[in-house]
Amino acid sequence: MADAVANPGAPGHVTLASPESPKLISQRQRALRTFTGNRTAVVGLAMILIIVFIAIAAPLLAPYDPLDQSVRSRLDPPSLEHPLGLDDKGRDILSRVIYGARIALMVGFFSVLVGGALGTAIGVVAGYFGGKIDSALMRLTDVMLAFPDLITGLLVLAVLGPGLWKMIFAIGLTIAPRFARVAYGPTLAIKGKEFVEAARSIGVRDARLLRVHILPNVGGDLLVFGSLWTASAIRLEASLSFIGLGVAPPTPTWGQMIREGTIHLTTVPMYSLGPGLALLLTVFAFNLVGDGLRDVLDPKARA
Amino acid sequence: MIRHIGRRLLLAIPTLLAVFTIIFIIVRVAPGDPAVAALGDYASADAVEALRERMGLNEPLWKQYLTFLGDLTRGDLGRSLISQKPVSEQIAFVLPYTLELTAASILIGLILGIPTGVITAIRRNTTTDYVGRTLSLLGLSFPSFYLGILLIFFFAVRLGLFPAVGSAPFSEPVRNLHYLVLPALTLGLIETAYIARMTRSVVLTILTDDYIRTARAKGLEEWVVLLKHALRAALIPIVSLVGIFAISLIGSSVLVEEVFARPGLGKLMVGATKQKDYTTLQSIMVVYALIIVMINLLVDIIYTYVDPRVRFS
Repeated sequence: MADAVANPGAPGHVTLASPESPKLISQRQRALRTFTGNRTAVVGLAMILIIVFIAIAAPLLAPYDPLDQSVRSRLDPPSLEHPLGLDDKGRDILSRVIYGARIALMVGFFSVLVGGALGTAIGVVAGYFGGKIDSALMRLTDVMLAFPDLITGLLVLAVLGPGLWKMIFAIGLTIAPRFARVAYGPTLAIKGKEFVEAARSIGVRDARLLRVHILPNVGGDLLVFGSLWTASAIRLEASLSFIGLGVAPPTPTWGQMIREGTIHLTTVPMYSLGPGLALLLTVFAFNLVGDGLRDVLDPKARA
Repeated sequence: MIRHIGRRLLLAIPTLLAVFTIIFIIVRVAPGDPAVAALGDYASADAVEALRERMGLNEPLWKQYLTFLGDLTRGDLGRSLISQKPVSEQIAFVLPYTLELTAASILIGLILGIPTGVITAIRRNTTTDYVGRTLSLLGLSFPSFYLGILLIFFFAVRLGLFPAVGSAPFSEPVRNLHYLVLPALTLGLIETAYIARMTRSVVLTILTDDYIRTARAKGLEEWVVLLKHALRAALIPIVSLVGIFAISLIGSSVLVEEVFARPGLGKLMVGATKQKDYTTLQSIMVVYALIIVMINLLVDIIYTYVDPRVRFS
């Protein structure tokens, strides 16, 4: 954005069609150009792609098996063979950090999917049907939003018990009310539009109306917010794993590694600091993209 | 003023009731018999049955619900399933530590965050702004426990300036504060990122307002325009957002208390979660709900001071 102001020819500025170029730009194109004109967002996207690649290609990239405990020594400081050192069971820390990307991205992706589906359903149904359903659902949403997501996540996990899919569900549940809020407003607005009334007047049923007319109009915003909230989901997973409520031990997760490493901070600092850096960069990448997407969504917020 | 606060308190009652009901339901649907959880898997059926009777678990659900609410109004939070000690005693012991940590963090966040936000807003689109914004985005990407570990690594392990983990009682104020520095800095720095970012965007919006142009046009010095006109108006949204941040801070304090092995509400909750101590868990949630309501009330009260429009309405 900084260069867009200094240099009116920069991609961020093409939004104003000048008289010499009467070519109209579609909304989608304009959004894309705003996004690509935002250098930090593009950097973020590149970082995400690299992290996704690392997660998929983990078996090729990791120098050792992340579960292999056959090495005789434990808690070795960084060396040429083991760039980040060995953990308390003699496993290669670098390999575990690389494999850790899998759980982080998987939980991030699926919990946003679960939360998105659940929250959108709540928001759209509340907005569309109104009345008592509306006030009951939205009151519940507000109460859930009032609590910090870590506390809601803890409570849900306390009830469900540990496990990968329970974790995904717990995080999804904490994200759902945010989706409900985002889906609710536009649904209310679209519900009153003529085309919806017209569709209803020719006898289109509620279910079809919701699917064909309401959802597509709410979808765009939800997609953007979904990618934004992936950052919180990944951080929440790491936080819960750090507390010790994450996926069962042999599977490498960043949060758990950070926890195990804290007591060895004086001898093998990379035991915690390595996975921590990976986690920080991942959350940062998603936040960079989210920031860029917010600019696309809300041109007024552009500085 | 007092009437205003009183009305706000009354308005909070239905919300609290809704929260308490949800907490009650969640704890009841939790799998596993609390009596078995308290006595262990090898307890005899008779012992379990006796405890169930004593805990009131054999009563119909609606009666349990009314007892739960009745006890709450009397300030009785019940006894821990595991230790059998009154939960309110435990909470009263740890609550000051959590409140101390939260208050210190917000203070750090305000002191560092507001000036940073104002400066990046004035120097908009310069290198200062760019660096400040990237740093604050990095700051709010920081998982609090990771920042805590980094601070421990540099300031406790390497430099030995502060104790790495632990705490000291309030009866020894100097040691207590010495132990507070790193945890408060952890949350305070993250808070700084949030507050700086928000202050920047609030000030930017205000600087385009007509009355700022008027103030400049009548020849006021720039710092007067900024401090007396812009920042005062900016305080209104800042107060309400800081309230929201304070609530999320209560969430992050769970992690920081884990990292620094500090006593606190969060640490108590983590312990209760791992031991499936549902009565303690239920009471902690009640306390969290009360804290959140109190923070919102506090925001409302501060509002009447910073925004003349809402005074005594």
